Amino acid sequence: MSEETLTRQQIRRKRKFGEPLLPEEEDGTEQEHRHIIAVTLENTIGALNRVTNLFSARGFNLESVAVGETDEPSVARLTLVTVGNDRIVAQITRQLDNLVNTYDVTDLTDAEHVERELCLLKVQYSSETRPEILDIKDIFRGRVVNVTPETMVLEVTGPNKKINAFIGMMEAHGIEEVARSGQVAMHRNLEYEPPNPLASTDAAPSANGAASDA
Amino acid sequence: MPTDSLQSPSRSSTSQNGAVNAPTLKGSEIFVRALEEEGVDRVFGHPGGAVIKIYDAMERIQPSYDHVLVRHEQGGTHAAEGYAKATGRVGTVLVTSGPGATNTVTGIADAYLDSVPIVVFTGQVPTHLIGNDSFQETDTTGVTRSITKHNFLVRDVNELASTVKQAYHIARTGRPGPVVVDLPKDVQMDEAPFVYPEEPGLDGYTVPGAAAPKQVDRAAKMIEDADKPLLYVGGGTINADAPEALTALARKANIPVTTTLHGLGAFPETDDLALGWLGMHGFYHTNMAVQNADLIMAVGARFDDRVTGDVDEWAPNAKILHVDIDPSCISKNVYADCALIGDAQDVLRQLLPKVEPKDTDDWLAQIDAWRADCPPYEYETPDDADQIAPESVVEALYDKTQGEAVMVSDVGQHQMWVCQYYKFGKTRSHVSSGGLGTMGFGLPAAMGAAFGMREGRDLDVVCVSGDGGFVMNAQELSVAAAHGLPLKIAVLNNNYLGMVRQWQSLFHEDRFSHTDLKPTNPDFVTLAEAHHCVGLRATSPDEVGDVIDQAWDVDDRPVVMEFQVPKEEMVFPMVPAGAASDDMLTEMFDKEAIAKEG
Ligand SMILES: Cc1ncc(C[n+]2csc(CCOP(=O)(O)OP(=O)(O)O)c2C)c(N)n1
Ligand SMILES: [Mg+2]
Repeated sequence: MSEETLTRQQIRRKRKFGEPLLPEEEDGTEQEHRHIIAVTLENTIGALNRVTNLFSARGFNLESVAVGETDEPSVARLTLVTVGNDRIVAQITRQLDNLVNTYDVTDLTDAEHVERELCLLKVQYSSETRPEILDIKDIFRGRVVNVTPETMVLEVTGPNKKINAFIGMMEAHGIEEVARSGQVAMHRNLEYEPPNPLASTDAAPSANGAASDA
Repeated sequence: MPTDSLQSPSRSSTSQNGAVNAPTLKGSEIFVRALEEEGVDRVFGHPGGAVIKIYDAMERIQPSYDHVLVRHEQGGTHAAEGYAKATGRVGTVLVTSGPGATNTVTGIADAYLDSVPIVVFTGQVPTHLIGNDSFQETDTTGVTRSITKHNFLVRDVNELASTVKQAYHIARTGRPGPVVVDLPKDVQMDEAPFVYPEEPGLDGYTVPGAAAPKQVDRAAKMIEDADKPLLYVGGGTINADAPEALTALARKANIPVTTTLHGLGAFPETDDLALGWLGMHGFYHTNMAVQNADLIMAVGARFDDRVTGDVDEWAPNAKILHVDIDPSCISKNVYADCALIGDAQDVLRQLLPKVEPKDTDDWLAQIDAWRADCPPYEYETPDDADQIAPESVVEALYDKTQGEAVMVSDVGQHQMWVCQYYKFGKTRSHVSSGGLGTMGFGLPAAMGAAFGMREGRDLDVVCVSGDGGFVMNAQELSVAAAHGLPLKIAVLNNNYLGMVRQWQSLFHEDRFSHTDLKPTNPDFVTLAEAHHCVGLRATSPDEVGDVIDQAWDVDDRPVVMEFQVPKEEMVFPMVPAGAASDDMLTEMFDKEAIAKEG
């Protein structure tokens, strides 16, 4: 057995005891990242319950959940945002995969994808602040969806960061209420891929595919 | 009298899958017939209002399976576990709603942590009353969600048969586990055509079979490259019926084998390559082998904290090769350098032809040297003439059975002594509560195992229990007696919650807070007799053999043997919880040294 290469367990151990790591040992596996995971599952409350329950039972972080029916009414799609290191996130996806009523679990984080969140925000205004608020709304490509003499409700969609920035900009004006939908996300196809007639139909079972990156 | 359409297929001409002439049955009848179709041979149950329709249907149909009336639903779930572990078949439980269902919760949690296949059917209030806090209503699927592999609430009688099919399929396949099926009373009364499906039809559920070939090649290379390989074998090996393949691999490549609590029985402990138990109460040479190995091949084991202690200091030089059917077990506690996801038997058979015989003589000699440095702990015979060394009782039970028995233990010191002093050599010969560590598991689990012996294997069933845990489910003695089960039950009576006392002695300066049972411990002989069992007692070492011989002469009912053992005896060796496996090794028989660590 070659002496030079450390096992991942040894790297983890070194890091824990504060020993210096060589550049090639910095594999980033212990660094925490935000992950966005798409899950398709049976469209029932029980199935949804099992997914969210998993997060509390296993002590995983859950930043946001968005769920809704797909084109197939018996199938729901859920988008989860979680924070953790590679090991934890691999755990999360495998545990989700293990649930009997989930069909497909995809970590979109490293793949090309689009993500969107919708935010409704009720803000106070006066005749002085009104132009500025509407300006900001335009910059964020938002819409006014409701107005009363003192408040208006604005709607903005975009990636998580954009929503955060928008809320930040509104803070000075007196926010009354914020409602966010949670992230939804989807793979982005970069170019048209013609169907491959030679592709084998009996693809390796997904569980074993997961083995190769373990 | 059974009507024609109610008869089981062996006795009637009803076509099995022809939906055309499928008989229309009530839900309760569909349930009974579905269990027959599933090939269930025994149900552990307790009736009540929410399942009374099912009990009535059983009385009318007289099904092909037997029903065992347990005296407490917890006993029922443990019995189903014992049955499942000793036979490899799925255990079945039937209870009523509310308190019946909540009484099963401990057994379900136990089965979940130890991957035991059981299906628990619970009655439920009628669907229109669900959510009203009705009489004996509990949100059973909610309560059991995080302790089941899966659970179902059947809302429509048309889904009943297919749900039964799915429940057994999920419990049995992949990494086995408990499944709960909640059956509202109106669903039991509604009618539907009865067709038992051939396929479970579960889209989102896949079961890994063989491992990816590339991974198998990598694994073979890792084994080839290793100088100090070690097999670390858990209960998954037994679940997959892989002990033969494992033994073949170990012998072919000369790899020493250490087993977890649930791995006991997967590899003959009389073999030269067997190192015995590892972890908290494991042997010195085994833990040293772990700490010095350059390759650890885990087979159906999950790197539990009772095995690893401080994970960051565990096996510091080893690459990890992990064979498991559950992908979520990979890299959960310890990083795997290579993972083989699949059925342990399939994977080992894939690997076997690719692994060349290896010379590991130096490594084996090194392990032998450690064994010589610090031989397994030698217990002492108590000075007091009317006390018996508990370890000697386990040894005497081994002498009597020669390993030809199913050995069931409860939880506590006696459980550790069973693991250390009984030489397991047969698969499915050790039944114990490992993950949850449930006191009260032993007796009902032994009872379930003994029922299992009626349906195939013919081994004695022996239960070793403590005085504390035994009384937690002692009511099941009546059930074992009612069925004439020849159980041999040894109660190692130290008049203490011994394992807790040991920790109090080692880590809490002998403050024995609420662990003394002596003042009102029952008389175990009369307790046995009150339950229609035979009661025997040994109070000195020379009576041990006699009592055991007498017990084995009884073959028509359970025998409880009480052995008076000293309260001071401790389980050694011991690596304190959370400590590194190699910290303590040289001083581990020294109470002072262990106390410092804790
Ligand atoms: C249901 C339950 N309650 C409490 C415990 C904690 N516990 C573990 S071992 C033990 C003592 C067991 O005493 P006994 O059955 O007499 O066995 P001994 O250790 O004396 O052999 C206790 C209280 C447990 N494991 N399970
Ligand atoms: Mg005791």
